[in-house]
Amino acid sequence: MTSDLFSHLFVFLLAAFLGLEVIKRVSHMLHTPLMSLTNAISAISVVVAIQLAGQGHSRLGMVLGTIAVACAMTNIVGGFLITERMLRMFKKREVKP
Amino acid sequence: MSTLLHDILTGGYGAMLARAEAGVIRSATHGGHGDAVQNAFTLCCFLFACACFVLSLKWLSAPTTARKGNHIGALGMLAAIVGALVSSEVVHYDWIIVGMVIGAAAGIPMALLMPMTHVPQRTALSHAFGALAAALVGVAHFYMDFGKEGTPPYVMAILCAEILLGALTFTGSLMAFGKLQEILPTRPMTYRGQNLVNIGVLSGAVLCGVALAIWPDQTWILPILIVLSLGFGVMLILPIGGGDMPTVIALLNSYAGLSASLMGFVLDNKLLIVAGALDGASGLILSIIMCKSMNRSFTNVLFGAFGQVQASQQQGDKKPVKSTTAEEAAQILGIASRVIIVPGYGMAVAQAQHKVRELYDHLTKRGVDVRFAIHPVAGRMPGHMNVLLAEAEIPYDKLAEMDEINGDFAQADVALVIGANDVVNPAARHDPSSPIHGMPILNADQARAVFAIKRSMNPGFAGIDNELYTLDQTLMLFGDAKAVVGSIAKELSDME
Repeated sequence: MTSDLFSHLFVFLLAAFLGLEVIKRVSHMLHTPLMSLTNAISAISVVVAIQLAGQGHSRLGMVLGTIAVACAMTNIVGGFLITERMLRMFKKREVKP
Repeated sequence: MSTLLHDILTGGYGAMLARAEAGVIRSATHGGHGDAVQNAFTLCCFLFACACFVLSLKWLSAPTTARKGNHIGALGMLAAIVGALVSSEVVHYDWIIVGMVIGAAAGIPMALLMPMTHVPQRTALSHAFGALAAALVGVAHFYMDFGKEGTPPYVMAILCAEILLGALTFTGSLMAFGKLQEILPTRPMTYRGQNLVNIGVLSGAVLCGVALAIWPDQTWILPILIVLSLGFGVMLILPIGGGDMPTVIALLNSYAGLSASLMGFVLDNKLLIVAGALDGASGLILSIIMCKSMNRSFTNVLFGAFGQVQASQQQGDKKPVKSTTAEEAAQILGIASRVIIVPGYGMAVAQAQHKVRELYDHLTKRGVDVRFAIHPVAGRMPGHMNVLLAEAEIPYDKLAEMDEINGDFAQADVALVIGANDVVNPAARHDPSSPIHGMPILNADQARAVFAIKRSMNPGFAGIDNELYTLDQTLMLFGDAKAVVGSIAKELSDME
């Protein structure tokens, strides 16, 4: 089982460094959309929430899982939509009608 | 083969424990070959989602590719959800659908109807939702799989850390939401011995985690851990003022990611580890940038209780300020050749960005070179001003970062400060007794003339007097930012 822990740490370490490198390059002007996008991505716990709400052997798991699915889904839908709304506003030159 | 994949995907320690205990292979009860195919498909979905998330953040680096980045991020999330739905763990769908419908019904209006000035509040609120989801999943798995003898200490320790982070981020983000929405007082709330109490509560929660790691079957400890963590979240945000919100929101963002990542450790789900780590990294970078822009350390932001020291400062000798009218300001702006506008939180509060756009149009039409100087901590979250100005359809190549534009103030005819305060206070440069001393500021005071739009002479958010307002070249325009900018724009259009 310790090997599991270490394989997880490897994945975590690589992903964290990759994240630092990629996000360092994000333009300062896009920091608000960045935050709403990562907020949507952090709702990835929806995956385990779904597995919890859909399993058949624990009522507690189903109840908590369903609430978690609802919460995470709020973030996912809201996060991606508002990011889209914001990014659409960033225009280089105004389009004259 | 099927059990191996099943373990990799979902069961992890939980499944292994169950197997060891009951002496049966759990996934065998669902039927063999079908599961393997299902779970291989799920893993492929998760792998695809990981790639999408990384690309998504990469493409967000420039405004030209940013929308593509958002789309691929959403695609990755869709793949992850599909992957989870078809996994063999899921045997019925009714509750999942209920949860999803409720979530979507809450998320869509929040995203589409929320005015852009409220983006910081929305972000804080959704951090709270994300953290709550993570904490609930952790709690459920604690009672289902791990809260019994035989759970390895490090698994329990990680699970407890996950629940602790999730719970404190939940209440912390709700508090941040309350302060941003001004349901709660935005001034820092402090009392004697506050830091001691905070550290005490946090250590209490950590001790509970340690105890559980040692005695995993003592499930009664978990509720105590949860209550302490929830309490710590509230207490952590109490002493934080509105001016520090950008840092705190970024930090909470990072916590939410970290708790998702820890969940991945416990449930052996690498997608969660990767997505959580990306999110954690993003929050970390943003909070470091915010701290640097205020020349403060993390500990100072979290425990410094900004806004306490200034009470004695305000009795200093008051130099007179000169004020002017919109008409006069319009005349001077009209004959200027270079104007730099410094927007701040006051512009957001007054919803003045569209009037600013009108002013920008009139000035540009007259051949005035207008640019916007944006301080990293202007507003209530990182990048707040950029989004507001973009909403008003000001082209983004006119928005300049602090380092980029600070050298140009000396050549500017007019610096127009709209609702910004601390980020243009020269005291940060030379007055060691000022609480903001050392914070990098915009050099608005170097412009030939300065107009500052302000509601009244009350000090700004940090409660500090601003020397800029008493300089010889500064003229104040008192009033609501939207009304003042609107009347300057009107004067300019009358002059045409």
